[in-house]
Formats: sequence, structure tokens, C-alpha cells
Amino acid sequence: MIKQFFAVVFAGSLIASVHAQEAPDALVQQVTEEVLEIVRKDKDIQGGSTQKVIDLVDKKVLPHFNFPHMTALAMGKDWKKATPPQQQALTHEFKTLLVRTYANALTGYKNQKIVYKPFKMNAGETDVLVRTEVLQPGSKPVQLDYSLEKLDGGWKVYDVVVAGISLVTNYRDQFGQEVRNGGVDGLIASISAKNKSLEANLAKAEKK
Amino acid sequence: MTLKQGAWVMRACSKWLVGGGVLLACAGSVLAEGNPRDPYEGFNRSMFAVNEVVDKYAAKPVAQVYDHVAPLPVKAGFGNFFGNVGDLWIGANSALQGKFADAGVDIGRLLINSTVGIFGLFDVASELGLEKHEEDFGQTMAVWGVGDGGYLFWPVIGPRTARDTAGWAIDSYVDPVWRVRPISTRNSMVALRFVDIRASLLPADKVVEEAALDKYAYIRDAYLQRRRNQIFDGRPPRLED
Repeated sequence: MIKQFFAVVFAGSLIASVHAQEAPDALVQQVTEEVLEIVRKDKDIQGGSTQKVIDLVDKKVLPHFNFPHMTALAMGKDWKKATPPQQQALTHEFKTLLVRTYANALTGYKNQKIVYKPFKMNAGETDVLVRTEVLQPGSKPVQLDYSLEKLDGGWKVYDVVVAGISLVTNYRDQFGQEVRNGGVDGLIASISAKNKSLEANLAKAEKK
Repeated sequence: MTLKQGAWVMRACSKWLVGGGVLLACAGSVLAEGNPRDPYEGFNRSMFAVNEVVDKYAAKPVAQVYDHVAPLPVKAGFGNFFGNVGDLWIGANSALQGKFADAGVDIGRLLINSTVGIFGLFDVASELGLEKHEEDFGQTMAVWGVGDGGYLFWPVIGPRTARDTAGWAIDSYVDPVWRVRPISTRNSMVALRFVDIRASLLPADKVVEEAALDKYAYIRDAYLQRRRNQIFDGRPPRLED
């Protein structure tokens, strides 16, 4: 598991360096289109195979995300209370949880269309918001925005905002509650327990 | 389950659970740890529990049947119809917030969709580029400077801040659907709209179930973020961390 994890991170950093020079809006568009193209063609994913989507997200999407930053953002001031190994554990667990949420959203993908809003960036900016909109027949368009920051390895996403709801900061009160109740280790244990129960449900569903 | 049975279950549940809820609320307020954004957390959590029961046994099953049985064009037609009915009040709220260009778009939408869109069944205006806005009286009061007054969770209508509960009461008062007569037709329309809205939320259910460590807090914080986003028309100022 650990080995796989590092393999993914390593592969990710290779892919990321290829994209290093790309503008953030172009990066979002290219990754989105690439992933949706695969989802559109894959019968298993359309049949609701969460595992396959998770693999896809691992390979195509994760390299462009800055998970330590996301985890720090989700924890707010509690982040500084965690030791480096705790921060690593938190990042790993939170990443697993977020990937599943994102993967779930993709299994629900039918024939939505993504519209990329006009994007302007000043020279030298290192923190930007790329705005998109999901159009689906018969419902209102849904705002879907990405916050990106420029790092040495290129632009990385550190927040995803759906209809005004940040998938990252929406955890802040829940995480704070867990830290108050059981300390940082308590929080790590709760996210880990959540991931394990989701994993068990998934294994059950895939068997059927 | 039919709508009638659903309504009965809802009534039966709310009767004895509200009693329990009030008790729990009192207990909650003594134990409250004081999240400044959720001063009535004890009460809210018990109402949330009530609502989970009502939703599980009444609202959600009905919505699932509707979602399964009704073809997409029918669902889209109902959604558009109720959306069109709402555009007049949306326009009024745009104007009350000083957004007169938006108000013009809202009224334009109403005129186009009521005529070319055949009583609002088709959202022709959106295809013509007249974007639908999301406005209500709660947002108008927020723009006028009314504070949110604390978060509340109500059975059936769900999360509302105190300000938005008052806003919702006014929205309902001016809502043309509530003025439809005979009463039986009005009730059917109100019920249909409720089911249509609940059905549109079905895909989000699984995400919330899986993503949340604490479902109550996840929904509360999502609601508060979403409202903030609506009040600032999709461009809220950044919060500093």
C-alpha cells in the first residue's frame, strides 16, 4: 500500500513537471476533458464502479492537487498543533476521503457539459481561481471553481468549490470538533475509521 | 408509499418526535459547547434527527419513485414550470437589492417563458442567454444588512438561519402556488414541487453520506457556505485563515 502510494506520488510528479509551463485555466480544462472522455467511454464507470473511478482519479487528477495544503486549509489553526508525522498521516487519510467524494461525483456523470468561464491573470500571480460551470439538462447550472497556486512543480489545485461550497473548508468545524474531543490523533483515527468503513462498503458492492 | 401515507407518517412522526425534540433541546442547551455560528445546536440536532426519520420513510422514497418513474422531459417540465412561477418574485428581490439590470432579465425571462415557453414548461429564456438568478427575501434582507440571527434546522423545510426563516415565511406568503384554488389543486402542486426539489437532491445524498464525519455539521457548514455564496451572487470575498 505504502509502496503504491509512493509510486503514485512519483508518477504524479513526473506528469506534473510536463504540465509545469501550462496556464492554470488550460490545465483545468485539459485534465477535466481528459477525465470526462475516459468516463464517457468506460462502461464499468457508467455502471457505477467506484473502484474504477478511484483508479482513474488517482492516475489523472491527483498529481495536480496539493494535498498537504488542502489538509492544512481544512484544519485551520489546528494544523500547527500536529507534528510532521501527524501531518503526513492526516494528509494521507484526508486525501483518501476526498478522492472518494470526487469519484462519487464522477460516477453520477451522465451527459453534463462543462463551461469554462473567461479567465484573466495578471503577470506574476501565483494564486488564482479558475471558474467553470456544470450544465445538465433539466437542472440549474452548478458553479464549480478551482483554487490553484503556483509551485515549483507547476500549478496545483488546493481547493474545489461546488456551488459556493468548499469541499475543503467544509471540514473545518468537524475536524476542530474531533481535535477538541480526542486530540490530533483522535482526528486521524476518525478519518481513518471513516475510510475503512467506506472501503468495506465498496468491497461489498464490487462483489455483487 | 403514496403521498397520502407519506403525509400521515410525517404527521405521526412529527407529533411525538417534536415532544422529544423539545426535551432534547433543553438538554442540549445545557451541554452546548458554543459554536458561535450554531447557538441552538442542541435543538437543531434533535430536529435534524426528526427530519432524518421523516426523510427516510416519507420524502426520500416518494422522491425516488418520482425520479424513477417520471421521464426526463417531464421532470424538466415541472422544474421549469415552478422555476418560471418563481421568476417574478426573484425579479422583485433583484430590484429590492438595487440590481435593476438583473430584475429586467428576471422579468424578461418570465415574459418569454410564459409565452414562447408555453406556460413556463420550457426554459427558452436560458437558451437565449437570459441567465436565471437565485434570489429570495432572505438574501434581500442580508443585502440590507440584517444579520443571520443564528443557524436553525427545521423538519421538512431543512436548514435556515433565523433571518432566512423569516425570509422563507415571506417568500411563501407571496408565492403564487400557495394562492392556487381549489385547495386540493394547491396541495397537489405544493406536494409536487416538494417532491421535485427533493428528487433533484438525490444525487447529493450519497456524497454527503460518504464525505461527512458528522452529517449534521457537514450539512450545516455546506448550507452556510452556500448562502454566503448566494448573497454575494457567486463571488463572495475571500475569508482569511
